[in-house]
Amino acid sequence: MPDAYVADDPAGAFPLVQLLTPEGQRVSHADYAYDGDDDAIRGLFRDLVLSRRIDFEAHALQRHGELGLWAPALGQEAAQIGSGRALLQQDFAFPTYREHGVALCRGIDPALLLGLFRGVELGGWDPAEHGFALYSIVIGAQTLHATGYAMGLTLDGEVGRNDPERDAAVIAYFGDGATSQGDVNEAFDWAAVFNAPVVFFCQNNQYAISASTERNTRGPIAQRAGGFGFDGIRVDGNDVLACHAVTTAAMQKARNGEGPTLIEAYTYRMGAHTTSDDPSRYRDSAEVETWKLKDPIERVKRYLLTQGTPQEFFDELDVEADELGKHLRETCKALPDPDLAALFDRVYVDGSTELEEQKAQYVAFRDSLEPEGSES
Amino acid sequence: MTNKMPLGKGLNAGLRAAMEADDKVLIMGEDVGKLGGVFRITDGLQKDFGESRVIDAPLAESGIVGTAVGLAFRGYRPVLEIQFDGFVYPAYDQIVSQVAKLHFRSHGRVKMPIVIRIPFGGGIGAVEHHSESPEAQFALTAGLKVVSCSNANDAYWMIQQAIASDDPVVFMEPKRRYWDQGEVDTDSEPLPLHASKVVRDGTDATLIAYGPMVKTCLESAEAAAEEGTSLEVIDLRTLSPLDLAPVFESVRRTGHAIVVHEASQTLGLGAEISSRITENCFYSLEAPVIRVTGYDLPYPPSRVEEEFLPGLDRVLEAVDRSLAY
Repeated sequence: MPDAYVADDPAGAFPLVQLLTPEGQRVSHADYAYDGDDDAIRGLFRDLVLSRRIDFEAHALQRHGELGLWAPALGQEAAQIGSGRALLQQDFAFPTYREHGVALCRGIDPALLLGLFRGVELGGWDPAEHGFALYSIVIGAQTLHATGYAMGLTLDGEVGRNDPERDAAVIAYFGDGATSQGDVNEAFDWAAVFNAPVVFFCQNNQYAISASTERNTRGPIAQRAGGFGFDGIRVDGNDVLACHAVTTAAMQKARNGEGPTLIEAYTYRMGAHTTSDDPSRYRDSAEVETWKLKDPIERVKRYLLTQGTPQEFFDELDVEADELGKHLRETCKALPDPDLAALFDRVYVDGSTELEEQKAQYVAFRDSLEPEGSES
Repeated sequence: MTNKMPLGKGLNAGLRAAMEADDKVLIMGEDVGKLGGVFRITDGLQKDFGESRVIDAPLAESGIVGTAVGLAFRGYRPVLEIQFDGFVYPAYDQIVSQVAKLHFRSHGRVKMPIVIRIPFGGGIGAVEHHSESPEAQFALTAGLKVVSCSNANDAYWMIQQAIASDDPVVFMEPKRRYWDQGEVDTDSEPLPLHASKVVRDGTDATLIAYGPMVKTCLESAEAAAEEGTSLEVIDLRTLSPLDLAPVFESVRRTGHAIVVHEASQTLGLGAEISSRITENCFYSLEAPVIRVTGYDLPYPPSRVEEEFLPGLDRVLEAVDRSLAY
């Protein structure tokens, strides 16, 4: 492994779990193994390619003025697909605003991810239907929600029945910057105290906007877990097989009623924080070039090619990705603006007479205006 | 059937009734279990409903509210105790950014039937951070509902109504009135949660208050009556949404309005209520709406809190000023 992988862990206490090298070679690990065959790996590869296409299209839509903002996940596809595909139907995920690959795994139409960034939506999907909460923008807040949900699973008796069809767990996504937040540390504490079935999945992408990891933490993030009384694991976040294996094990442990795990997926944000960001102001292009060599998709392709995967597979996938891109472009441009008047009805379940009065005032004012283009 | 009990016991009985009525109701907070809370409001509930329904929380307010959000996702109805008003701020982000907004953000797919109980206000000789009145900070947040009880009967009923509400409710408890005795009628249909109420009829001026200041205003009205001044007293009960129709009706009759609260004056609820009275009762007013409030100070050392807090004399002085216009 290159030194950069372990620079903050001189003692080597948290070696990265890796099952597929950047060169595309399968390697074994004492504790973790990927449990799928090559067909399953082709399935993961498809997810990786499609999630990268979501990013590519959304980025382009932003540059064309169709989105106000986009938060790219470029480079983090393996962490997201590997963990996302380790979830079962009955599990529940609490994302940040960058979990586009996980959303894909949870069966959400990727076009729905665009509404928030186009300014026509604050959410966009049904969390209960997909086991995937709405994107969370306040950094780290969702880790407490995940912990509370997990406590609810325990109260409901949904863990530890040795029933693979029903035992459930929660996964909380967050980044390296979020580990400085009080909420994240409170979530660790609560999860430990209540033995909650939750996996904390930290994508250490090396940057919190411009602040490098050293500005937010000293020492491996995975090491935090020990202080709270549970296990921390560090995994090569650009290795989809390792991310899948490690998350599968941690989720199963949680479903068994054996408590929380912290997974630090060591990866790299290849793109900007968002489309409003300029990474050239705070990081060297040489660093980016180094990480390009560890690309999460290329290594899977290399592996699949050595396994004799036919070219038609890759060609068909390109066609599917193109279709997804077209779907995203068309759907994005057709997303309707919300009706401000309707928003008044969304604040409360039981309504509010004051809000109804304000709505009536707004509607009366709006209706009193000349319709557009009516003057001469 | 009516029973005489202190306001705090009314809350306890109301919590018990709510937990019996719906097994999704959970109580969570610091020291709410064996201890029964520092004010004993949850006394005996863990013993009767178990540790899985009355949960002693780690000492982390953001965690209390943040995990309650997750529990609400699972269909629970968490009732949270914030130990003292001045300790709610670590949870402020979760309350205003998550609890208040998730229903809106999700098109109503996610409901947040969470009650956040906050013992608030001064008058008990406490140390710093134990006597604050942050209700306006929640009342101004879209997506939250805010109420405050002033007597044992309302305590019993309003806590049950707040728990039954599918909207999040910040429930402000007048801690200095916890020990005040009152009749609790456990049979009669209560007022709706979001309704204010005339608690004393009068003809010369209208006193508007909520929570701990209702008693202060009632005592002021009693004193004024001895001098021949007839004061009407309105207990707002609901701070968000406000129910000001009874206030407007009263002020149109009396022509004089005085709003009383412990919270500081600037941008307190009195400012909003004063503005609404002006908008709605402009031609009936004989005097500007007057506010009697805590001063714009951080809460002072307790030896001077009786000077800081509105009391009978300050209320009556304001009445005199209003009537002199």
